[in-house]
Amino acid sequence: MTLIGARIPKLDGPGKATGETRYLSDLEVPGMLHGVIRRSDRVHARIVSVDVSKALEVSGVHAVLTARDIVNVPFGHGKDNTPLKGDRVRCIRDEIAAVAAETESAAAEACRAIRVEYEDLPPVFTVEDALKPGAPEIHAGRAGNLPFTYDYAHGDVAQGEADSAHVVEGEFVLQFMTHCCMGTSAILAAFDSEGRLTLTSLTQVPFLYRRDMAAIVGMSPEDIRVIQPPIGGAFGSKLDIYPFEPIAVHLARATRRPVRIVFSRHEEFVSSPTRQPMRVRLRSGCDGKGRLTFRDAQLWLDNGGYTSWGATTPFVMMQTFSSLYRVPHARFHTKVAYTNNPYSGSFRGYGNLQATFAVESQLDLLAEKVGVDPLELRLMNSQETGEKTGQGLEFVSCGLRDCLESAAEMSGWRAKRASPALKGNVRRGVGMASMLHVGGGAKIYRSDGCGSVVSIDDFGKVTLVTGSTDIGQGSETVLAQMVAEVLGVAMDRVKVINSDTDVKPWDVGVHASRTSYVAGNSALLAANEAKAKLLTAAADLYELPKGELSLSGGFIMRGAEKVDALDKLVRTLHFTGKGELLVTHSYFEPASVKQDAGFFGNVSPTYAFGTHAVEVEVELDTGQVRVLAVSAAHDVGKVLNAMSLEGQIEGGVVMGLGYSLTEELKIREGKVLNPSFRDYHLLTAPEVPPIHFKAIETEDPSGPFGAKGVGEAPAICVAAAVANAVHHATGVRFTELPLTPERVLNGLIAAGVVRDPLA
Amino acid sequence: MQPEVEIRFTLNGRPVRTHVPPTMAVLEMVRERFALTGSKLACGEGECGACAVLLDGEPVLGCLTPAVDVDGRVLVTVEGLRHKADLAPLQKAFLMEGAVQCGFCTPGMLVAATALLAEHPHPSREQVRRGLEGNLCRCTGYVAIVEAVEDAGKR
Ligand code: FES
Ligand code: FES
Repeated sequence: MTLIGARIPKLDGPGKATGETRYLSDLEVPGMLHGVIRRSDRVHARIVSVDVSKALEVSGVHAVLTARDIVNVPFGHGKDNTPLKGDRVRCIRDEIAAVAAETESAAAEACRAIRVEYEDLPPVFTVEDALKPGAPEIHAGRAGNLPFTYDYAHGDVAQGEADSAHVVEGEFVLQFMTHCCMGTSAILAAFDSEGRLTLTSLTQVPFLYRRDMAAIVGMSPEDIRVIQPPIGGAFGSKLDIYPFEPIAVHLARATRRPVRIVFSRHEEFVSSPTRQPMRVRLRSGCDGKGRLTFRDAQLWLDNGGYTSWGATTPFVMMQTFSSLYRVPHARFHTKVAYTNNPYSGSFRGYGNLQATFAVESQLDLLAEKVGVDPLELRLMNSQETGEKTGQGLEFVSCGLRDCLESAAEMSGWRAKRASPALKGNVRRGVGMASMLHVGGGAKIYRSDGCGSVVSIDDFGKVTLVTGSTDIGQGSETVLAQMVAEVLGVAMDRVKVINSDTDVKPWDVGVHASRTSYVAGNSALLAANEAKAKLLTAAADLYELPKGELSLSGGFIMRGAEKVDALDKLVRTLHFTGKGELLVTHSYFEPASVKQDAGFFGNVSPTYAFGTHAVEVEVELDTGQVRVLAVSAAHDVGKVLNAMSLEGQIEGGVVMGLGYSLTEELKIREGKVLNPSFRDYHLLTAPEVPPIHFKAIETEDPSGPFGAKGVGEAPAICVAAAVANAVHHATGVRFTELPLTPERVLNGLIAAGVVRDPLA
Repeated sequence: MQPEVEIRFTLNGRPVRTHVPPTMAVLEMVRERFALTGSKLACGEGECGACAVLLDGEPVLGCLTPAVDVDGRVLVTVEGLRHKADLAPLQKAFLMEGAVQCGFCTPGMLVAATALLAEHPHPSREQVRRGLEGNLCRCTGYVAIVEAVEDAGKR
């Protein structure tokens, strides 16, 4: 193997480093109009009237649409959202009208000119209030504001309690966090003369998107083509359809012009999906030695005004409660309640940051009760390759133990843990946390597969057409590497096509850390078939034993001897005899199963594990937490591209640090208080600590070259490790995020660690 | 509506002339008047650095700088950083270190780093980190970007 594991620069890098890459916000097509949305300024109100007459007078305006002008089809996981809101608004994002105009400023001016008359309705801002008997009903007919509950159990928690020498119990409160993709949400909708619709869209799931969009806008999916341009970050935010997308289609239909909508940053903060906020009540137990006995979790999720994927994060979270370490008895109950707050979508980690924060915080509490080092307690409970968890997850490869040991070693754990350092008003400590996440997709649809087509042209250039989607994470480069490796050609001989549903074969989309694994296996199948065809053809042509032939350096080789050049052989096949083209295709379906009604079953063909050890410094008189170093060890199966892997790890760790320390979309009475980069603090370069990383290679038997997915993993166990480190440093346990100086100082004062300067 | 103002300046090495409304920002001008879409609008409020351009060699925020201010001056956008057909050493370092993921922050990062390297040809890690403070990136965690700039400084 030559390419696998190497540091290979991204194929799409040069265009991005020269400014030539055209993102959707850089694309203009002839005749294009600009769409702008008029949103609600109330959180819960009846719409009494909408007067668009002034908007229509603005010069350059082509169309103004309200709910009355379109067939408003309910959509989304709860079928409770509509493109435009007609009689009622339920959250601050709500779309009341939309304008298409020749310039963005004309469209914006027209939006401002729309007069909306409201009659306020009693709002609900907390899950507790939403679930009270007699609470205002946010969606008619959805009794009790309770659209979803989730229940899972294995074993018998009562038995687990009886077996416990120590039980800890507590509540954890997790905040709204927003994706902050540097490129904002956008779409371009254009009909052709035959009525076919082309959507240039940032979606992560083009085929599901096409199907769902067709239903919303009253078309047949085959008449919709989805083009996926380069995109300025996604991180899960583009896994669902949001109202602005069908709105663009309705505007394009009404104006017979292409219509593009690009969010402003303010709009992105206010109106794009968030990480699911929640309250987690957890009880965990262990025996006298520290072996876990049970976990009992109850969760309350704020669904906001409508349902997007955030409501389904329990599906992922329950895996952490049931299966992160050996848990003989587990129970999980979740209520998802409507409120008049913004609603959440999917966000890298899909609930797992929240679940892991609770679980891993309590592991430290248990270790303290037992009187063992937190590392020892984790090692004692960690699974091995070949184990099956209570929920039916099968760990065909499991490097958790190695992750724990490696993270500890990189961080200097044993020495630092023994004596938390004191320096005047500054305390230092170390903490750790691990994580478990799907490593090869999650079978939540009938198929979790991906199709590929490999072709080799007359000049020996290889093209991989993959169903998968690249959202900037570098999957296209990794797939090209795999194909190049199999066919024995250089990287620059492989081209990847992945951005047009009219061309590429079906795929679920990019989520659940599945692309390297599922699309990788799929590409490998097609590439291996192409290889077999080439070798068979060469063996026939030159009357050589096929078993002795191989592909390398662009040649068919027999040992060290060149038999034929790849391009020449392809031309021979093409132009002589049977007239054969070198094109192969494949569809890879992972060996995972759809879980049953009780959520049992092996939902992913493999799982990713990781451990982070974090060293922090806490300034006692200000409450400032500084992370000094993060040591991250991840079971990646096999390193495919060391550089892109490090990029995923570093980016994920820093995103996790933001979640831990600074990031919170502040919502008060349903409104966003900090809709700007200035007030929503993303970490900047000088705030990023050194990140030490070790890849644990467990060589997954089913992974492409042994690899598993790690796209989400590095963000997941940061917060718990930080909180555990802060506890080690100060003796104070924090159960709410982010750990801002204000929160930490208040906590230190409440615990009596420092005196209140104001008292 | 105020009348448009004529401005002449050097854009990526070529003398150019255009008319702009007094309220137009440099970012809008280069994107709309000259179809140079490399510089990105990611906030429009001076908070992210994605729109950074070099004005007389100094990095400025394209989204806040009035276009009329470039009259008579030398403006370089990300498109002007390459050395003829070849990429600049800094651009190569970005590729070789994996400093580009989604790439949306990359133009601004390159511009900020170019200015930094002009001032400190061999910057320390701390200088690089501080020099990029005004540029946000959501994908990379900055690690590879900082390494790339340090690396370019070593060449
Ligand atoms: S777009 Fe200018 S600073 Fe963000
Ligand atoms: S590479 Fe995506 S924002 Fe920096």
